[in-house]
Amino acid sequence: MKHNTYIYILIAFAVTYLIRILPLTLIRKPIKNRFIRSFLYYVPYVTLAVMTFPSIIEATQSPIAGAVCLIAGIVAAYFGAGLFPVSLLCCAIVFLLELFIV
Amino acid sequence: MSVTEKRKQNSAFAEGLRDGIPIGAGYFAVAFSLGIIAKQAGLNPFQGFLASFLNSASAGEYALFSAIGAGATYLEVAIITLIVNARYMLMSASLSQKFDEHTSFIHRLFVGFMITDEIFGISISRKGHLNPVYNYGAMLVASPCWAIGTALGIIAGNILPLRLVSALSVALYGMFIAIIIPPARKDLTIAISIIVSFICSYLCGIIPVIKDWSSGTRTILLTVIIASAAAIIKPVSDDINQTEVQENEA
Repeated sequence: MKHNTYIYILIAFAVTYLIRILPLTLIRKPIKNRFIRSFLYYVPYVTLAVMTFPSIIEATQSPIAGAVCLIAGIVAAYFGAGLFPVSLLCCAIVFLLELFIV
Repeated sequence: MSVTEKRKQNSAFAEGLRDGIPIGAGYFAVAFSLGIIAKQAGLNPFQGFLASFLNSASAGEYALFSAIGAGATYLEVAIITLIVNARYMLMSASLSQKFDEHTSFIHRLFVGFMITDEIFGISISRKGHLNPVYNYGAMLVASPCWAIGTALGIIAGNILPLRLVSALSVALYGMFIAIIIPPARKDLTIAISIIVSFICSYLCGIIPVIKDWSSGTRTILLTVIIASAAAIIKPVSDDINQTEVQENEA
């Protein structure tokens, strides 16, 4: 079955926009349910972690370069590097390593 | 509107523009790498521009493009988008407390259009009630950087040598790492959740039957299971304000 890319984009937009405006327009008081608050608190970290590994070592031409950049990125972020520097570091490491490996 | 009020609005707008510049610069680079993934999924530059302008979500769009590339069903796309972007619900709920209660419905609709990790971060760090005009300033800089960066990534993904594409393809993962690691340093449960997520995600890619499921489905299931487990084992503090502080740092 062939899907339409524009419909994909509009579905994602509709869902994302509703997520963003519903609480902003409807909820005037903080969420009380402790489980929901806890669940939502952990969601971004789990999702991003699941999406990062093992995809990061499959995205590069050499899995070793991907693995090294993952570790380097974690170390840099642990010591306080921001989004942009960590991103740049990962790219640089993959680029340099693949000059030798690939 | 009085002259003083007008001046106040102008300065909030200018401050928004100013704070939007570093965010926009970061967005441009990450959007470029997102464009490479969008290209692999078969999107043209206009579709990439549209997807980024409308969605303004790195992880959410990454999931969207992966799903498109894998030929996922529309329902799968709706569910994965809901799961990946669920955090915006918490940010939106938090921002609703930051608004003056008289802030109009229209302003809430417009500010909600671009609640991202970064824009949420600068909004929540403003003193007093949030002036929507401040957000419009930041959005005016950050949104085009994000949308045009994606389109250029799709266009230049053609021209760039394979070596460079390989290097740029990890930019987004680098950003994900930078989002999840600093909070993990302060919160052991987050750290353990991340390690468990890495292991389970890897295992799901090699275990028979499960490995044949789409990556979107695996992401949804792992997220719901692991985040629920973490929420049951280590619920967040009863103090709602503390949760907001933690979110803000994230």
